Amino acid sequence: MTTPRTVELVVNGESRAGEAEPRMLLSDFLREQLGLTGTHVGCEHGVCGACTVLVNGEAARSCLMLAVQAKGTEVRTIEGLGGVDDMHPLQEAFWEKHGLQCGFCTPGMLMTAVELLESTPNPSLDDIREAISSNLCRCTGYQTIVEAVQAAAERMQGEGQ
Amino acid sequence: MKPPPFDYCCPDTLDEALALLAEHGEEAKVIAGGQSLVPMLNLRALHPGVLIDINRLPGLDHISLEDGQLRVGALARHKAVLESAAVKEASPLMALAYPYVSHGPIRNRGTLCGNLCHNDPASEMPAVALASGAEMVLQSTGGSRAVAAEDFFTGTLSTAAEANEILVEVRVPRVPAGQGAGFHEVSPRKGDFAYVAVGATLQVADGACSAARIVCAGVGDGPHRARAAEDALEGSAPSEDSFRQAAAAAADSIDPNEDFHADADYRRDLVRSLTRRALADAASRCN
Repeated sequence: MTTPRTVELVVNGESRAGEAEPRMLLSDFLREQLGLTGTHVGCEHGVCGACTVLVNGEAARSCLMLAVQAKGTEVRTIEGLGGVDDMHPLQEAFWEKHGLQCGFCTPGMLMTAVELLESTPNPSLDDIREAISSNLCRCTGYQTIVEAVQAAAERMQGEGQ
Repeated sequence: MKPPPFDYCCPDTLDEALALLAEHGEEAKVIAGGQSLVPMLNLRALHPGVLIDINRLPGLDHISLEDGQLRVGALARHKAVLESAAVKEASPLMALAYPYVSHGPIRNRGTLCGNLCHNDPASEMPAVALASGAEMVLQSTGGSRAVAAEDFFTGTLSTAAEANEILVEVRVPRVPAGQGAGFHEVSPRKGDFAYVAVGATLQVADGACSAARIVCAGVGDGPHRARAAEDALEGSAPSEDSFRQAAAAAADSIDPNEDFHADADYRRDLVRSLTRRALADAASRCN
């Protein structure tokens, strides 16, 4: 049956549901069915990392996962990280260190960095470069992104988070 | 792009999955991590009638060392294999090669068995499996069979697995005492597909090399074993000279594909350099 089926999952702490044909990618499901357009769709074959979200706490390419496979999982997207008034330390650091220019790669960069800092609160520069090697940025040359992640790590350590 | 339409089943047991495969045959594709399959669907390189998702099957995510064999199940993710102490103990070559396998988010979901079934010619693990004398355990409703790596990888994106079979486990013989391993790769960025990768294992006793295995990825239609280079090393002293000669033999043994990233001459040069380095590393790690 290629007909749509209901996908129930938790997104950013809230129970959500939507309809998805088996072929619908998780990235499109988040954007089109749930209205969460913060997850960006770049290459759609797993190379650019713009669509990276956390699935059960682990970074995943949402363009390489079918929405039906996300049934019952817990997904975190950029919308769950923080808003204009309550930015996550990573978002603040990207802002302060100019870790973005056009912003297209930023949601994926941030979710990749969230996974890194949750598993490695005090990463080395090599750890940061290894982590973001999965994501393409065509504006910054990466250096300011590395500095932003480093600054966020220091701030989060300082805050004892 | 978006994938073409297909049906989707998510069975709860291996028997159910095998029955579905038997029913749908060539129309079906098995999906585990999906990190190779979904890109091919998105690019519409494949048009399966039905996907059989094996992610819910119990008892297939094992990574264990039993009876002198490393056993890795169909649902063991790259991340788990990369971090496994059993892998480091049983197969230093695999442990050396694993950091080159893709990037973190891909490793979180992708599986070793899926990677072997995909058999991308630039992929590290088919070459490691070939060097290590691994065998693939294929299961269907008719039973199971073990296929040696040298028979399993049959060409670009092709394996000996039949349409009704699932690769349920890969078995890698535990490294023999005294064997050293080396692995080197050149790719555009770390974690990207290799232009060329070379793995080598070697024994050194009484000042002579023996039982060398030299495998290359990225040089043709699948993992390539450089037998002439292995033969050249047998009985010779582990020296810079003998490694150079073996590396030259390895470079002569390939008929590389070309693309705009790397032409055939460049790939031959890489095989020569990386073989020499991998052999030197392997010799230095024999004990």
